[in-house]
Amino acid sequence: MKKEEIPQDNGALNKLTKEVVYAVDGSGKYSTELSTGWEVKTEALDLAWGDIEKRIEAARQKVLNNEASPILYFLELRLMDLGILASYTGFWKWTIKKHLKPAAFKNLPEQKLQKYADAFNVSVEELKTMKVHDN
Amino acid sequence: MTTDFKHLQAAHCENGVTTNLLRSAGAEKLTEPLAFGIGSGLFYVQLPFLVINNGPAIAFRTMPGLIFKRTCNALDIPVFRKKFSSQEAGKRYLDECLAKGQPVGAQVGVYYLTYFPKEYRFHFNAHNMIIFGKEDDRYLISDPVMETPTSLTDYELQRVRFAKGPFAPRGQIYYPKEKRIVTDEQMAKAIVKGIKRNVNHMIRIPGSIAGVKGIAGTGKKIKKWKSKLGDEKAGLYLAQLVRMQEEIGTGGGGFRYIYGAFLQEAHAYVPKDELIDISKIFTEAGDKWRIAAVQAAGIYKGRIGSQADYDVMGDYLIEISEIETKAFKALSKIKWNS
Repeated sequence: MKKEEIPQDNGALNKLTKEVVYAVDGSGKYSTELSTGWEVKTEALDLAWGDIEKRIEAARQKVLNNEASPILYFLELRLMDLGILASYTGFWKWTIKKHLKPAAFKNLPEQKLQKYADAFNVSVEELKTMKVHDN
Repeated sequence: MTTDFKHLQAAHCENGVTTNLLRSAGAEKLTEPLAFGIGSGLFYVQLPFLVINNGPAIAFRTMPGLIFKRTCNALDIPVFRKKFSSQEAGKRYLDECLAKGQPVGAQVGVYYLTYFPKEYRFHFNAHNMIIFGKEDDRYLISDPVMETPTSLTDYELQRVRFAKGPFAPRGQIYYPKEKRIVTDEQMAKAIVKGIKRNVNHMIRIPGSIAGVKGIAGTGKKIKKWKSKLGDEKAGLYLAQLVRMQEEIGTGGGGFRYIYGAFLQEAHAYVPKDELIDISKIFTEAGDKWRIAAVQAAGIYKGRIGSQADYDVMGDYLIEISEIETKAFKALSKIKWNS
């Protein structure tokens, strides 16, 4: 990439910092330059987030239809998979799978609900109702 | 309390932390490209059957942690490394280091890294930063991907140091144990060793999922994505490829430009003129990766999307595989001792 070809587009990262890229000058010598972003990768990230939003909404619908417990919704909302949730809660994956069923979730004792709530960074009330107040 | 410390911005966090910590331990002339090359950072792999964040598991660089480890070994700088079973122990040890004036490298997760924009906060646990001091309740942080130093509260820092999931950092901190004198001769030896190892990883690795063969392998797969996955999922897969290749940390072109810069800088220590010529081949490879990214974006934004467009995309990767094969074969033929 030549220095004059470094894209200076807008992207989410721009809120935080410009990033270092490596490019060559007219004589072919490399040096570092700063870039504000590149449309091509902004679009890639936007697409990934669009997909995440879709998954969150699909999970929410499943919970409302009583096909899954709110744990499914929070798994998607917090970008977790069963493995990550297992390591945050200390539950086995198959235990979590069981708790993904609405009936099993309803019978969970307060102390287990609290573990899920902590892992998802919400209160037990928010966990049950899917109403989240993120700061 | 602050330690004697100067922030340094880099493309990639591990390169940046390595460069900064080792400069203060005697490798004063170390730069990001040199650390990357000595650590044989360039790689390609698509792990079969594995899906990460609902997309293909693709990496353009070596495993997290290896660049630091290899560079320290090659320059003969001993490293201290510690993980902690409890958060309290992790905090106590960090505070002791800072009280002694020792800046430390730390492995952290980015999901709760509050200064990162939300769009970048996934459960990725192999981010690296330097903690260089403490003022009131705030730890002073040098995050290599940022232009300036920042800070985190005690609570925020503990949360990222003890993030859970794959590659859980478990509070890991690391720093050079002592200062050494690193000579130009040592640098030259480390550079040659790093290049030879990278040649092995890219063109002599068995199997067809990694190295230059892995790049062509992904190219062949891409041609089947449209019919196998459907347009929506294929688009998401291509977007994931582009993110791994171009996101912050890569320096552009899937780390190929950093490697090109490394070969140019290496020439100052190992005066083989081939290095300058081969550097140009890596620039060509990086440029081709970016042309492929533009093609991919055309597909995932729906501007194009016929089977012929996927074929063009796949052929770009097959072509890149050939370019990189040429580059690494040329590196393997350099007579280092003559």
